[in-house]
Amino acid sequence: MHPLAQATTQPLPLPEVDWRAIAPELALAVAGVVLLLVVAFWPRAGRGVLAGLTLAGLAAAAALTVWNWDLERVAFEGAVSLDGITRYARAVLLAVGALATLMVAQGDSREGEPDDSPPEVFPLLLFALLGMVLLAAASDLLVVFIALEILSLSLYVMAGETRRLAAQEAAMKYFLLGAFSSAFLLYGIALCYGATGSTNLLEIADATGDPTADGTLLLAGVGLLAVGFLFKVSAVPFHMWTPDVYQGTPTPVAAFMAAATKVAGFAVFLRVFAGALGGLVVSWRPVIAGAAVLTMLVGAALAVVQTDLKRMLAYSSISHAGYLLVGVAAAATVPAGVSASMFYLLTYAFMVMGAFMVVQYVSRLGPPDDDAIGERSSLEDYRGLARRHPWAAGLLAVFMLALTGIPPLSGFWAKYYVFLAGIEAGLTWLVVVAVISSVISAFFYLRVLVVAYLQEPVGDPGAETAPGRTPALGVALGLAGLLTVAIGLAPEALIAAARSAERILG
Amino acid sequence: MNLGAFAPILAMLVLAAAFAVLSIVVSAFLAPHRPTRAKYSAYESGVEPGRLPQGERYPVKFYLTAMLFVVFDVEVIFLYPWAVVFRQLGVFGLVQMGIFVGLILIAYIYDWKRGGLEWD
Repeated sequence: MHPLAQATTQPLPLPEVDWRAIAPELALAVAGVVLLLVVAFWPRAGRGVLAGLTLAGLAAAAALTVWNWDLERVAFEGAVSLDGITRYARAVLLAVGALATLMVAQGDSREGEPDDSPPEVFPLLLFALLGMVLLAAASDLLVVFIALEILSLSLYVMAGETRRLAAQEAAMKYFLLGAFSSAFLLYGIALCYGATGSTNLLEIADATGDPTADGTLLLAGVGLLAVGFLFKVSAVPFHMWTPDVYQGTPTPVAAFMAAATKVAGFAVFLRVFAGALGGLVVSWRPVIAGAAVLTMLVGAALAVVQTDLKRMLAYSSISHAGYLLVGVAAAATVPAGVSASMFYLLTYAFMVMGAFMVVQYVSRLGPPDDDAIGERSSLEDYRGLARRHPWAAGLLAVFMLALTGIPPLSGFWAKYYVFLAGIEAGLTWLVVVAVISSVISAFFYLRVLVVAYLQEPVGDPGAETAPGRTPALGVALGLAGLLTVAIGLAPEALIAAARSAERILG
Repeated sequence: MNLGAFAPILAMLVLAAAFAVLSIVVSAFLAPHRPTRAKYSAYESGVEPGRLPQGERYPVKFYLTAMLFVVFDVEVIFLYPWAVVFRQLGVFGLVQMGIFVGLILIAYIYDWKRGGLEWD
C-alpha cells in the first residue's frame, strides 16, 4: 500500500481544544475582528465609539482573566501554560491596553492633519495585545514565535500610523530591525529543537538535564534565543533602534511599546530562561548579567545628554530593562527574582505610560506645527510648565520621581525587591552597578523637573490653548498617577500576588 | 545527535549548486552567439525596463496587490493537506478550516471596503 494512502485511512488523534484556557485571548481576537469590520463598514465612526468598543473588548478579556484566575494547568498539549506569570502578565497588559486606548482616543487633531491617526489603530492595538498576552502564556517555542510575530507586525504598522516623516522613519527602522531579530530567534528555536528534539519548554527543561544531549548545539540555540529576546526588550547591545523609534512614533504608540512590549517580553524571558533553561543557569547567567550591566550603564549615561524628552524616555526605558535583567539573572536560582521582576513590570508600565501621557499633553500645546518632522517633545517646551499647567507638571513630577525610584512612590519598591532578589542570588556586584546607574539616572529625571518648575516660561502663557476636546487623556493621566502613588503606598498586596507567579509551570 | 541523517540533503545541495554553475559555464562555451532585436526585447508581455520616475519610487499599490495574491495563494496551499485527511478530521477539521478561511475572508472584506482593491 502506498504510504500516503495508508496515512489517509488511519484514524487521526484529534487535539483537545481547551477553550477556557485561552478565553481572554479569544475575547481580544473577537474584539479585534469586530472592530476591523466596524472600520470597514462604518469608516466615519467617531473615535469615541471605536475607543468604547475597544475598552469593551478589554473589559471582556479582563473578566475572563478573573474567571480563569485560579486555573493552573498546561493546555494544548503543553503549548500554553496557565500559571502565575500568565495571569499576572494578563492583568497588567490589559490595564496597559486600556490606558493606551484612552491615549489613542484623545484624537485632538482634525482629519488630514499630520497627527491624525486612522481608525485602524484600535483593532491593531487589540491584535498587538493578543500577541502580548499569548506570548506571556506560551510554553512552546513555536507559540512564542507566533505570538511575537502577532505583536510585532501590529506594532510595525502602529508605529507609522501618522503622516509625520519621523513616524514613517520609525516604522521602517522598527520593521527592518525587528524582522532581523525575529530571524535570530527563529534560528535559536531551530537549534534548540535540533539539540533537544522538542520545541516544548517542559521537554526542553527535561532535556537540559540529559548528559547525552548535544550541549554545544543547545548552547548556540540558547544564545540566539537570548539575542532575540534582548532585542525585543531593547537591551544593550541590541538597543540601537529604541531611541529613534520611540522619538519618531506617535506618543500613544511609543507609550504602549515601552510599557506593554516590556511586560510581555520579560514574561517570556522569565519563562524560557528562568523556567525551561533554569538547568543551564551557570552557562547563561554571565551573559545576561553582562547585558544587564551594559544596559543599565549605557542607558543611563546616554539619557543624560538628551534634549528631547521622548528620546530621553527611550534611553530611560533601556536602563530600566537593565534592572529587569538583574531580576532575570537572579530568577533561575531565587524564586523571588521572578516575583520581583513581575512586580517591577507592573510598576514600570504605569510610570512610563504616565510619563508619555504628559509628553502627549505638552506636545499639543502651542501653535500647530504641521511642517515639523516629529511631534513637539523638546525639553525647551517644558520650561515653566508648573506655572502654565500646574496639574500636568505635578503629574510629571510624580512620574519622574517614581522612575528615579524615590520612596514612597512605586518605582522605589520595584527597585528594592529586584535588588533584594539580586543580593539573595549572590549577585551583589550586579546590584552595586544597578545602584550606581540609579544615581546617574536621577540626574536626567530631576533635570526635567528643574526645567518645568524653576525656569521661566517662554512666550505668552495666556495665548496657549488647553489641548484636548475629550477627557480621555485626563482620565488616563489621573489613573496612571493614582496607580503610581497607590502602589507606592501599599505594595504588599501586589507583591503577594506576584509571589504566586514564582512557580513556573513551564 | 546523528548528523548523518542530513547527508542526503547536503548531497542534494552540492549537486544543485554544481548543476547550476556547470550549466552556465557550459552554455557560455557551447552556445552560438547571434543577437537579434527580438532576442533583446522584453520577454512576453513584459514592460520595457527603464528608470522609474521620482528616484526609483513606485506606487505602493503593486505591493498591496502582490500581498493579496500571496495571502490567497498560501490559503489554498493550506487547504490541500486538509483535503487529504478531510474524512478523518471530520467536523473538527471543518470547524477549524472554517475559522481559518473566515478570518481571511474578513480581512478580504476589510481590504475591499477600505478601497484596497481600487487602482486609482
